[in-house]
Amino acid sequence: MPPPLQAHRMLLSHRRISSGPRRRFTAVSSLSSAPAKTVVAPGPAPSSILSIRESLLSGERTAVDITSEYLSRLRRTEPSVRSFIHVADAAAEREAEELDRRIASGGKDAVGPLAGVLVGVKDNLCTAAMPSTGGSRILDGFQPAYDATAVRRLREAGAIVVGKTNLDEFGMGSTTEGSGFQVTTNPWDDSCVPGGSSGGSASAVSARQCVVSLGSDTGGSVRQPASFCGVVGLKPTYGRVSRFGLMAYASSLDVVGCFGSSVFDTATMLSVIAGHDKMDSTSSSNDVPDYRSDLVSPNLLESKPLNNVRIGIIQETLGEGVDTGVISSVKAAASHLEQLGSVVEEVTLPSFSLGLPAYYILASSEASSNLSRYDGIRYGKQVPADELNELYGDSRANGLGHEVKMRILMGTYALSAGYYDAYYKRAQQVRTLVKKSFEEALKRYDVLISPAAPSAAYKIGEKTNDPLAMYAGDIMTVNVNLAGLPALVVPCGFVEGGSAGLPVGLQMIGSPFSEGNLLRIGHIFEQTLQDLSFVPPLLADI
Amino acid sequence: MALPLLRGITTPTLFRANGMFCTTQRPILAHFSANKPESSVRTAAPKSTQQATREGQVVAEQNTQGFEAVIGIETHVQLSTITKAFCSCPYNYGSQPNTTICPTCMGHPGALPVLNAEVVECAVKLGLALNCNISMTSKFDRKQYFYPDLPKGYQISQFDIPIAEKGYVDLDIPLEFGGGHRRFGITRVHMEEDAGKLLHSESGSYSQVDLNRAGVPLLEIVSEPDMRTGIEAAEYGAEIQRVVRYLGVGNGNMQEGSLRCDVNVSVRPIGQSEFGTKVEIKNMNSFSAISRAIDYEISRQILLHKESQADQIVQETRLWDESSQKTFTMRKKEGLADYRYFPEPDLPEVILTTEYIDEIRSSMPELPEAKRRRYENMGLSMQDVIFLANDDNVAHFFDSTLEHGADAKMAANWIMGDIAAYLKDEKLSIHDIKLTPLELSEMIASIKNGIISGKIAKEILVELISKGGTVKSVIEEKDLVQIADPAAIEAMVDQVLTDNPKQLEQYRAGKTKLQGFFAGQVMKASKGKASPVLLNKILGEKLKGDC
Repeated sequence: MPPPLQAHRMLLSHRRISSGPRRRFTAVSSLSSAPAKTVVAPGPAPSSILSIRESLLSGERTAVDITSEYLSRLRRTEPSVRSFIHVADAAAEREAEELDRRIASGGKDAVGPLAGVLVGVKDNLCTAAMPSTGGSRILDGFQPAYDATAVRRLREAGAIVVGKTNLDEFGMGSTTEGSGFQVTTNPWDDSCVPGGSSGGSASAVSARQCVVSLGSDTGGSVRQPASFCGVVGLKPTYGRVSRFGLMAYASSLDVVGCFGSSVFDTATMLSVIAGHDKMDSTSSSNDVPDYRSDLVSPNLLESKPLNNVRIGIIQETLGEGVDTGVISSVKAAASHLEQLGSVVEEVTLPSFSLGLPAYYILASSEASSNLSRYDGIRYGKQVPADELNELYGDSRANGLGHEVKMRILMGTYALSAGYYDAYYKRAQQVRTLVKKSFEEALKRYDVLISPAAPSAAYKIGEKTNDPLAMYAGDIMTVNVNLAGLPALVVPCGFVEGGSAGLPVGLQMIGSPFSEGNLLRIGHIFEQTLQDLSFVPPLLADI
Repeated sequence: MALPLLRGITTPTLFRANGMFCTTQRPILAHFSANKPESSVRTAAPKSTQQATREGQVVAEQNTQGFEAVIGIETHVQLSTITKAFCSCPYNYGSQPNTTICPTCMGHPGALPVLNAEVVECAVKLGLALNCNISMTSKFDRKQYFYPDLPKGYQISQFDIPIAEKGYVDLDIPLEFGGGHRRFGITRVHMEEDAGKLLHSESGSYSQVDLNRAGVPLLEIVSEPDMRTGIEAAEYGAEIQRVVRYLGVGNGNMQEGSLRCDVNVSVRPIGQSEFGTKVEIKNMNSFSAISRAIDYEISRQILLHKESQADQIVQETRLWDESSQKTFTMRKKEGLADYRYFPEPDLPEVILTTEYIDEIRSSMPELPEAKRRRYENMGLSMQDVIFLANDDNVAHFFDSTLEHGADAKMAANWIMGDIAAYLKDEKLSIHDIKLTPLELSEMIASIKNGIISGKIAKEILVELISKGGTVKSVIEEKDLVQIADPAAIEAMVDQVLTDNPKQLEQYRAGKTKLQGFFAGQVMKASKGKASPVLLNKILGEKLKGDC
């Protein structure tokens, strides 16, 4: 049994970071007097959804007020952040007006759980009323015939879709630089990437351009950008949320996930989007609990709220190649969890390092198949040609980006006759091993923790010419997708960088369908994290 | 390939209602010619291979000396489920192009397949009917290739674990083709989806895509290479069609493409165990075409062997050309096509329980082979057996006629004779006529009991077929009861003899053939109702007595 972590020292380092003479505190304090009312003072992250709901129901503010507050912030921040490929501001205003009319006419009962909540939707999720490109030029101008199930459920709960967020083309990338349209910057430092592939969704929530957002996570595409942008990101269990309407990258790994500025908001969102969908045969028919019901307000917490919670800290994630600042933030978080009453022990996952190559083989293989439909025949960009193969070749060569082509080639190779056993089949075997080793560990621990990424946000352009370095950055997250497990990323600290430090996220991994437990622990962790605020400096300048 | 390829379809406006997609898209251009009127061939009995092949067979037999053909068949059976295999679109042959489509069968971004449970049921039924082992766990795979009629760039199919495998089919070769019982092995039956259709412009300058058929469920049946002649292959195909129709899983219509056979043919010297180089033949839309195409191909290959040009037989796909009665090279295969199969991640495994299979097994109808053996045991001739079991509607009619007590041989004769002739003339199916099995059995009984003559029965039958009613009512209405009173017949005979003194004189002069004439006159006088037996007896006695 590994020795328990030295709680005291960890706590010290935690405090040291959080109480340093950083500009973010000035930023935060100046924010409290800023007109943006939902951006709040330091301390435990409040629920924006709750406050919106309360103010709507009490009549304190109208949906139009709230919408225009977010839209004006969006307009001010968007030129530097560039989170959105498409902004549906007029539609959002119209929907807000209609909601106000309904509330005014006494229809408060009809106000859904997400009424008046502005949502950003990753552009690889289909939306009937807006273009959906998947970040790819080959779908430039494509407007789907239907809403993705997750989007439909959000709308039915009263949410207002404010626009489509930027991403690495079809979700393939870790920086959002792979978008066919624009580069999104990190609200904490505009010279840094927001992470990816759901970079636009993460930066939009971080910059409070919307309340919450939808992303997708195939190998870490929700969790890593959540970590880079200092927001909460949830990758649900495979099958927990319908994939119907999510442009498939790697079908056996893809999950629709969500971002919020608090665990409560994230939980609220999951409660709405989760559940069986007859349009997706891989969606689970397990009951969907109200994930908010276990989230206890901090002033009602007992002194050791995590008593009886066993936590394993994955040793393989704290070694070579991992930024020391990240390691110390995560260790500090671990000792914070211990302070809350849990038992934290080191755990090793022997097959951990095998996951990355297996992931890239499986994901690329499935991608090579899933992206075949972008052929220019029925929709999307078609390059006229005299001959059929030329039509296919030119349309795809023009419409698809570099990284996507590379993965299609890798996947096509891995599935080719004679190579299938050596690559695809082998990778599936590794996947089984990874799954087993998680199962073993999760028998002994309620939750496994690790960093969400080996580093904080890095510079734009830093890894564009080194795909292997970018792939290596996914080491913390891909195993979770291979095993199909749920994982929650909660901001837990900072490293040096930018004007106010760069955020670091703590990843908590649980057993299948244990989202409720992850959210409960994440919420307690978040609400008891003193003196840290994850509002980016960008907002202070406004 | 007609080029350049234009955008055959545009993204239609889709409305969502109750989780189903429907479309209001109008046809793209007026000159689509695919809208053939709904054919009624489904109701016609499967065409026998007869006229087709006799000639070809003779030619083939002459040329096969020293060589043997090896034939295997891949049959695609389109299922007549209400909705497609993986979405809730309907499929009706001949609909306006691109009217029964949705994001899923169009391969739109984000759309996912959901398996139609009925497809599994059909597959299990057919698997059991073909005496296969049913896989309790099977899965779907993606078969990947690019073609404009394949919206997703892959076909959802089954690769290494088909739903059924290792079966066989038994059949009887009609006497005119040499007769005999055969058993041909079935390698596998698997589920997959159909592709759309390309419609090439007359000028050849562009093509259009119709995705109505995309996603329609198919069962692919792969045979063992057990056939040796065109006839055997055609009879195999016809038996598959019978089984499909008996089970009601599809309409088996070859003209509509609901049953498609791709044939692999190779030739080898007799005694050699390795197979020769195989050639695939497509584009045959009748069983007789299959038989002729194979016999042509066998002759072509044997000729090359005999001329020491066997190396000119290459792995290729050839098309059967009906007008020239020849096969032509469509494409040469450059090595094996690599479809990069891998497990379909969007669909869970198909897991069956023994209860499910048993339930299907117990609901299976009697199949053609069992029917033929049963009819054979009744003492019917093989010709009768094959005819009656050919069409399940006919067999059902026959069986219920017997259930009402009719004599099997007589029922068979009436069905194969007058009834079949009527159906053929009027282009009807047996369930389109008003005659019921009960009335046929009544009619047969009336003949046996001497109430009506066979001749009268023919008259009644036409009435019953076209207008319905009962044998009794028709007999009464038309006053057709046979005259079996010897005195009445004798009176008529006397009258005829009196009325024809000249003929009577000739008869007495030795022209005894004239007895037929007198009989005819009496029958005429009785309006056909005189009992032929009594009539002949009395007439004979009278003529003899008068001598």
